[in-house]
Amino acid sequence: MGDNAQTTFLDEVAALPACGKISECIQCGVCSGSCTTATHWEYPPRKVIAMVRSGLKDELLKSNSIWFCVSCYLCTARCPRDIKPASIVHGLESIALKEGYKPPTKTTTMYKTFSESIVNNGRIYEFGFMFKYYLQTNPLAALKMLPTALNLLAHKRMPLTPKKVKGKADLRIIINKLSAGGGK
Amino acid sequence: MRYYAYYPGCSMEATGLPVEKSIKAIAKPLDLEFIELEDWTCCGSSPFAGVDKAKAIGITARTLAQAEKTGLDLVTPCSSCYTILQEANDLLKEDHKLAERVREALSAIGLSYNGTVKVRHIAEVLFNDVSPAGLAAKVVRPLTGLKVACYTGCQQVRPSYGFDDSEYPDWLDQMAKSLGAKPVNFPLKARCCGSSLVISESDVALDLIHRLLENAQENGAQCMVSTTCPLCFTALDVYQATVNSKFKKKFDLPVLAITQMIAIALGLDIKASALDGNVVSPQKLLKPYLSAKPQAAGVETSA
Ligand code: SF4
Ligand code: SF4
Repeated sequence: MGDNAQTTFLDEVAALPACGKISECIQCGVCSGSCTTATHWEYPPRKVIAMVRSGLKDELLKSNSIWFCVSCYLCTARCPRDIKPASIVHGLESIALKEGYKPPTKTTTMYKTFSESIVNNGRIYEFGFMFKYYLQTNPLAALKMLPTALNLLAHKRMPLTPKKVKGKADLRIIINKLSAGGGK
Repeated sequence: MRYYAYYPGCSMEATGLPVEKSIKAIAKPLDLEFIELEDWTCCGSSPFAGVDKAKAIGITARTLAQAEKTGLDLVTPCSSCYTILQEANDLLKEDHKLAERVREALSAIGLSYNGTVKVRHIAEVLFNDVSPAGLAAKVVRPLTGLKVACYTGCQQVRPSYGFDDSEYPDWLDQMAKSLGAKPVNFPLKARCCGSSLVISESDVALDLIHRLLENAQENGAQCMVSTTCPLCFTALDVYQATVNSKFKKKFDLPVLAITQMIAIALGLDIKASALDGNVVSPQKLLKPYLSAKPQAAGVETSA
């Protein structure tokens, strides 16, 4: 991972949907200054972009940066060059997941359980998704969540069975077709 | 009657149910008909885009293709679905290589998408198609004097698709005013509630929710009015108790979705507003309004 990355990492990122303008970033820092959660990031958004352009793939993808993005889109709305930093951040997440990086965050597991829920049910089945997530990360933390879950149950906001969605078969076909080389 | 293709999004079947019920209840009195897409599937939201953006756009395209067949505008109440649907719609027009791959994937399930769908947030439908004045004309139970902090959240106005100001939007304040309520200054009205991380990085999300509640309260709000997004609504309502225990606070700030508030002001049956689904109970605060006798439509609102 990551050696000889000087150009390839940048190319890899620039080829992702909505990430094509990364080379036009002027490093003004508006994204970092705007970022809702920047204080938690090892490297804030402006630096993330600089690191992609410098090929510092391992350093970046092993860090906790990008995983704190809450998709508030302040960066994207304010960027003077229309770089779409939020899209780049989510694009980097997908590279990190595909290449098996293990950043220090539970969000990676959340993303995976969330996506599995979509593929398995056709829609997010919130109860099942949360249950599985806690089993995979920290069952004890589920205890802390118990009051929230009970509140949701008591107010009839947490159905315990998923809806049957026929379209899930369609989703599998679409996903298969869009896998690298899939459907060719 | 105005007709729309309707995409509720997954959360509306669970945590967002009170909002969904109120949307269904106010539609007809406002001459709107939301026709739910048949057998719709998840938009993927941010997490799926973080796993594989091309696939995420592929599954979103199924929804766009379904909507295109109806010939109607596609309306969603969820701000996350809205952003995802908008972005996919744009990218399928701009990124020809991606569009070609998605076209092939869609044809494998017997669908096609020609890029003609207009994606709209229900907020924008309420604001532009119903309008504050149109709403005011139907009010029989004005919420006169109720001090509210109007929360639009982020993805409804960002990245900007021209519906309202992306930093300090005003539509929700105008709607609340048309119901007789009194919006307070609320500087954080379009800041993020962090709901996408509330499960995996709960400290980060709770910190954001805490700031919003604090900001609303210190500006004198008696309750919050949230946009229809089930994620915003749940973050502020359900997680208020978690914020209280984490930050040793005593927030007791009811959170009403704007559609719940509209249901009340239109004088609909109490079930229409689905207030019993709210974790922070608004009953005490709203009692004077709910027990008042309905008046003639359109009198005495400040719109
Ligand atoms: S705001 Fe835009 S141009 Fe400025 S540093 Fe961030 S991405 Fe680059
Ligand atoms: S979208 Fe993500 S990266 Fe951009 S400002 Fe918001 S949290 Fe930061």
